[in-house]
Amino acid sequence: MTQTAPAAAAPAAAATNIVLSATELTKEFKGFLAVNNVHLSIREGSIHALIGPNGAGKTTCFNLLTKFLQPTRGRIVFRGEDITRLKPAEIARRGIVRSFQISAVFPNLSVLDNVRIALQRPGRLATQFWRPDTALNVLNARAEELVEQVGLQAFIRHQAGELPYGRKRALELATTLALEPDVMLLDEPMAGMAHEDIGQIAALIRRAAVGRTVVMVEHNLHVVEDLCDQVTVLQRGEILAEGNYDSVSRDPRVREAYMGQEDD
Amino acid sequence: MATQTAATAVAPAPEAKGTSTRTIALAIVGLLILLAAPFVIYPVFVMKVLCFALFAAAFNLLLGYVGLLSFGHAAFFGGAAYICAYSIKAWNFPPEIAILAGTLFAAALGAVIGYLAIRRQGIYFAMITLALSQMFFFVCLQAPFTGGEDGIQGVPRGKLLGFIDLGDSLAMYYFVAAVFLFGFLAIWRIVNSPFGNILKAIRENEQRAISLGYRVDHYKLGAFVISAALTGLAGAVKAIVFQLASLTDVGWQMSGEVILMTLLGGIGTLVGPVAGAALVVSLENYLATSSFPVPVVIGTIFVACVLMFRRGIVGEINAFLDRKK
Repeated sequence: MTQTAPAAAAPAAAATNIVLSATELTKEFKGFLAVNNVHLSIREGSIHALIGPNGAGKTTCFNLLTKFLQPTRGRIVFRGEDITRLKPAEIARRGIVRSFQISAVFPNLSVLDNVRIALQRPGRLATQFWRPDTALNVLNARAEELVEQVGLQAFIRHQAGELPYGRKRALELATTLALEPDVMLLDEPMAGMAHEDIGQIAALIRRAAVGRTVVMVEHNLHVVEDLCDQVTVLQRGEILAEGNYDSVSRDPRVREAYMGQEDD
Repeated sequence: MATQTAATAVAPAPEAKGTSTRTIALAIVGLLILLAAPFVIYPVFVMKVLCFALFAAAFNLLLGYVGLLSFGHAAFFGGAAYICAYSIKAWNFPPEIAILAGTLFAAALGAVIGYLAIRRQGIYFAMITLALSQMFFFVCLQAPFTGGEDGIQGVPRGKLLGFIDLGDSLAMYYFVAAVFLFGFLAIWRIVNSPFGNILKAIRENEQRAISLGYRVDHYKLGAFVISAALTGLAGAVKAIVFQLASLTDVGWQMSGEVILMTLLGGIGTLVGPVAGAALVVSLENYLATSSFPVPVVIGTIFVACVLMFRRGIVGEINAFLDRKK
């Protein structure tokens, strides 16, 4: 076992703690094995990438881990607790929050309201039907802070549906961060982003990852190389290779299955 | 220009100014119409409009703000009417207690039907509500206390709080107007509350709301029960106004009618269902004396609405005003 160099500030002990793990994870769709016998161990505080060609089962893995799909077989454990049978909302309440491949915003609500929806959940503000919505203004300072973090302050009163694609992704990230998640699962956060925005979002993810664990599906290998401590390569629903970026990218099977498609 | 940018940066409420002056003006006009109406128009007709307006507004709380299309709301409307009428005739309940009983019954029925229906989405949700409300219809048809095909007739209006004689049509009118206002304001408050914000989020993107940790089923059920209760309030009051509870109020045609009213007026607008109810009730009243078959005319209007102004009357007006800005 080669130990990768731990991130500068993180103590070595924390880096080896497993926060989220899946064993023998399998999902079958009417005879088609979308995910087959996948073992995943996500270390606390790491940024873990899930890569692989299209149809490799990355998003299905995400859906299984967050319980938007029920696994056919296998077990998912979060901080020692078996969460295999929990509903997706309960997963989120334990601090595992995901984003979606197709940007998930509330299109007819303002950017500010999108973030406030997430901020409403902790505390009692979500169920109060007798109070005016001005009661939510106590959340504004925090919401504005989050919106500013992703560089959307100029659009704060705009309807989320009117934003260009890349900005929707940024808003989605702000909404996810609003929940202060323990583990963030980001499904292709860079997809559809303009080249100049990628660096900004990568920096944002790096900042957000301090004190958190991030699992991300990502196609852009420069981003993966730059950002991620650990890489799992999936192919046809099975794990092909795992390790840090350098060891994975040197693996001949990975080069054949995946890197060959990289044109630069 | 400078104040403009300052306002967008600091102002807590979005789109605060323009909308609120328009809203206040509209509210005053509406209130004046409500107060003056019985002196200009036949009071029983206005009361009918108000009952259906509250019905449609309560239905729209579910369709317009949570995105749930219930095809079974007649069960709550008619069920509450039966309970209210029966408790007055059989047990001599005063009107306010009878209305409360009807409303509570509708809420309880809403909890049962809602609990079963929210497990499914879209057309399946509508089908489950339809099936359960049809089951309730047959209970009403067979149960002895409802009077079967005859319904419960000649319900005495009684004295509100022991001293206001509802036999007097003006007193009855202002009571109905007050109930309508209460229900309408309750819906307005719920829609613009922290809870209402979450309902809108669920309507906009349910998956995302779940992934943020919201137990959306709880919110849907809550909204369903509130909608059923307010629908029951409208049904109970209607039973006192017309001194009658009958099978018409629990049939599926009634569920269809309220969908039509909401659609014509404008889904997801507060005033839309009221306008839609006024239009449909007026048409029915007007056409009842002519030789035109009512369903054909209403059907034609419905088709025209779906083809040409999909946002409904109020929805189209709002869109027009927004474009002008």
